[in-house]
Amino acid sequence: MTAIERHSFDVVVIGAGGAGLRAAVEARAAGLRTAIICKSLFGKAHTVMAEGGIAAAMGNVNSKDNWQVHFRDTMRGGKFLNNFRMAELHAKEAPDRVWELETWGALFDRTKEGKISQRNFGGHEYPRLAHVGDRTGLELIRTMQQAIVSLQQKDAAEFGDAEARIKVFAETTITEIIKDGDRAAGAFGYVRETGNLILFEAPAIVIAAGGIGKSFKVTSNSWEGTGDGHALALKAGSKLVDMEFVQFHPTGMVWPPSVRGILVTESVRGDGGVLRNSEGRRFMFDYIPEVFKEKYAQSEEEGDRWYADPDNNRRPPELLPRDEVARAINSEVKAGRGSPHGGVFLDVSTRLAPDVIKKKLPSMWHQFKELADVDITTQAMEVGPTCHYVMGGILVDPDTGAAAGVPGLFAAGESAGGMHGSNRLGGNSLSDLLVFGRRAGAGAVAYFQSLGGNVPKVTDASITTASDHALAPLRNPGGENPYTIQADLQQVTNDLVGIIRTKSELEESLGKLKGFRARLANITCPGGSAFNSGWHLALDLENMLLVSDCIAHAALIREESRGGHTREDFPKMSAEWRKVNLVAHVENGEVVVEKQALPEMREELLNLFDVEELAKYMTSEELTRHSKGANA
Amino acid sequence: MTRTAKFRVWRGDANDGALKDYNIEVNEGEVVLDVIHRLQATQTPDLAVRWNCKAGKCGSCSAEINGRPRLMCMTRMNTFTDEETITVTPLRAFPVIRDLVTDVSFNYKKALEVPAFSGPANLKPGEYRMEQIDVERSQEFRKCIECFLCQDTCHVIRDHEENKEAFAGPRFFIRLAELDMHPLDTLDRKRAAQEKHGLGMCNITKCCTEVCPEHIRITDNAIIPMKERVVDVKYDPARWLGSKIRRREGL
Repeated sequence: MTAIERHSFDVVVIGAGGAGLRAAVEARAAGLRTAIICKSLFGKAHTVMAEGGIAAAMGNVNSKDNWQVHFRDTMRGGKFLNNFRMAELHAKEAPDRVWELETWGALFDRTKEGKISQRNFGGHEYPRLAHVGDRTGLELIRTMQQAIVSLQQKDAAEFGDAEARIKVFAETTITEIIKDGDRAAGAFGYVRETGNLILFEAPAIVIAAGGIGKSFKVTSNSWEGTGDGHALALKAGSKLVDMEFVQFHPTGMVWPPSVRGILVTESVRGDGGVLRNSEGRRFMFDYIPEVFKEKYAQSEEEGDRWYADPDNNRRPPELLPRDEVARAINSEVKAGRGSPHGGVFLDVSTRLAPDVIKKKLPSMWHQFKELADVDITTQAMEVGPTCHYVMGGILVDPDTGAAAGVPGLFAAGESAGGMHGSNRLGGNSLSDLLVFGRRAGAGAVAYFQSLGGNVPKVTDASITTASDHALAPLRNPGGENPYTIQADLQQVTNDLVGIIRTKSELEESLGKLKGFRARLANITCPGGSAFNSGWHLALDLENMLLVSDCIAHAALIREESRGGHTREDFPKMSAEWRKVNLVAHVENGEVVVEKQALPEMREELLNLFDVEELAKYMTSEELTRHSKGANA
Repeated sequence: MTRTAKFRVWRGDANDGALKDYNIEVNEGEVVLDVIHRLQATQTPDLAVRWNCKAGKCGSCSAEINGRPRLMCMTRMNTFTDEETITVTPLRAFPVIRDLVTDVSFNYKKALEVPAFSGPANLKPGEYRMEQIDVERSQEFRKCIECFLCQDTCHVIRDHEENKEAFAGPRFFIRLAELDMHPLDTLDRKRAAQEKHGLGMCNITKCCTEVCPEHIRITDNAIIPMKERVVDVKYDPARWLGSKIRRREGL
C-alpha cells in the first residue's frame, strides 16, 4: 500500500476560495489549529473569476439602500424560494464583511467622498456592488490569502512557526469524509504533486469546495468545479437541497471555440451594454415577465435615461435577473436571430467612450482583445448562456452552517444551498462567501468546543476502504479513458438536463446517467500516481456523475418553471410548488429526492413586501394567513 | 479549419527528462493550452500540467513557449506559422515536479516575508476614506495574478539559485510598492525593501515588465520609484542626520 501521510487538526476547511478562507480565519481567530485544503495552488480558487462585485447595502452611492431592500431584491431574484433566514442574515451582515476586507488591505474603487464605490447590477434596486474595476474576485481572493498570511506571520512571531495554527495544503484533493458513527471524524484524499495519500483527523470539517459547472459542456467553471463538496457531503450521509436550480449566466463568450463558456461580466450591461439580435433589435424588451413589469423600462428611451437619472426612470430589461436574460437569448438563437457563432450581440461601444470602457471594464477589454481578437471599444461581443453557478447545495442550518444529518460537518459558499432560492443575483455570491464562510467557521468552532474530550476516531478499516477506492483507477488494467467519459457525460447533461427541460428528456437522462456507473468502474489511468491528471479526473468524475444524477432527479420532480429551472412542459411558476424544497440524499447507493416544506418567512419580513407582490408568488391560503397575521 | 501542428513537450521529473515530439490536431481559434489538453485527452493522459481558469485570470498555466515565459491560455495558435514546431517547457527558475509542473513554493515563502497591510489603529471598519486617484497606484499592482512569470524570467534568480535566499523578486517588489503606496498603510516598507528583500540586486533590465500578462509596469511604476525612495531615506545626508537627531523613520 502507498504510504499515507497523517495530520491532526481541530478544524479542517476543504476549499480555499472566499468561503473557505473566511471560515479558516474565524477558526484560527478562536485559537483552533486549522488546516486549509486547496485543490489548486493557494490563491487560484474560482473566486478569482468573479468580476462584477460584492453586493452589500452600505448605501454609499444611494443612501436609500439598506438591508431590507437588499433582502427584498434577493428574495425576488430567487423567486421567493430562498431560505428566508439565510437571505436575511446575508443582507444584514454583508456590509460588515466588506468593510473588514478593507482592514485587511483590499482596495476598492472609491466614491467622490472617498467611500467604497458601488455599481448597478441585475436585480439590485440600487447601486450596491463594491468593486475593483471588473476584477473584484481577484481582489477578494488576494485579500483573504493575505489575511491568512498575516495570521501566519503572527504565529511565526509568537511560536517561531508560521504554520503553528494555520496550515495550507496546496494541490490536495479530498476524496472522502470519514465518520465515526454518525459524526465526522476526518477527511481523506491525495496530494497531486507526490501522489501520496493523505489523512486529516479532525472533528470539525467545513466544506467550501465551490460549484459543479464541469458537469456541463459549456461552463464558466474551471476544471475544479466538479461538485466535490456536494458529493462528499452526500456520500457522508448529508443532504442536498434545490439541486434542480442551475444558473446559466446569460453572457458567456461563444467564440473562439476554445473559450466558449468563459464569462463576460454582467457589469458590461450594468455600465450600459445593450443586447441585440441579428436584426439589430433590442430584444430584451420583448421578454419582460409579468412579475417584473412595473420595475423595468418599457421603451429604449426610458431605459437609456435611467443610467443618468435612476430616480425618475426604470432600468432597462438587459438588467433583468440572469435566468430571464439567459432564456431570452436562448429563444432568440433558437428562432434563428442569433449571431454568426450562435449567440447574440452585446455592445457597449455605442454608449461609452473607448477610454471609459477601458477604465471600467479593463479585463473584459483585455480578454476579448487577446482571446477573440475583438476590440470591445468599437465592436460588439458575441455572447450566449454558460453554466455558471449552482443554487442547490448542502442543506445547512442558516445560522451555523451545520450540514444536515452529520454532526461535525459544516458547509458554506457555493457548496451550500438555500441562500439564493431558484436564482442567484449577481454580486450576491461574493457576499455569500464571506457572510456564511464566517458563520460556518464559527459553527465549527462552537462544535469543537462543545466536544470536550469526546473526539471521534478514524479507524484503520475506514482508511483502507478510502485508499482502495482512491487507487482503483490506477490499478485497473485495460479500461476506458476518463477524458472520453467526461466528454460523454457533459454531452448528456447538455442535451437533456440543460437550460430548457422536459419530462421525456429528463427520464432519458436518468437512464443514460445510470449507464455511466459501469464505465466509471472500468476507468484506466496509465502512468504513476505523481501529478497524474488522468487519475485526478477519474476520481472527479464520480462526483460529477453523482451531482448530475441529483440535478436530473430533482428537475424531473419539480413540475413548474422557476429561476434556474425551466420546464418546457410546465412553463408557468406555481404557488403550490413554491412551498416545497426538493431534498436529495443517497440510500443504498441510489439518489433519492424527497419533498420538504420550505421554512415559512417570519411575519415582520413578509411585511417588507406589498401584498400585491406576494400574490404573484403565494397561494391564496398563504395570503389569507398573512393578512390575518398582519391585522393581529 | 483543422491542421496538424508539431509540438515538442518536455516530459520528465526531478531526476530526468527530455523533449518529446507530438503531432497534434489544431482548430481555428485555439490557444496552446487547448492543444496541451488535446494531447492529454488523446495521446498521453498522464501529462502533468497546471491550469484553472483558461481566461488569463488565475495565473496557473505558466510555462515557457519557444523559450519565452508565457501563459499557455493566452498564447493563441495563430501567432505561429503552420510549419513552426512549438516547444513547451516548464518554468526554468523553479524545480521541476513533473512535465510542465514546477515547484513554485519559493514564491509562497517570499510572500510570508512581506509584513501584511497594517491600517491605522484609530479607524474602525467602515471608516476608511481614500481618494480614487490615490488607490489607483496600488491597484495597478493588485492586478497581479501571481503567474510568477516575472520571477521566472528575472535573471537575478533564473540561473542563480544562490541569490534566491536574499532576493524576493519582481512579484514581491510590486507587493512592497503596493503597500508603500497604500494611502493608509502605516509601516515603513522602504528600508525593508532594500535590506531584507534585495531590491538593490535588481538592475532594472525590465525583463519582468516584458513578460507580465497583466501589463503591469513593474519596473517603471514599482521598482524604480521604490529605489528612488530608498535613496531618499537611506542615502540623503541631511535626512541621515535628521533621523539620528529626531529618530525619524521613513519619508
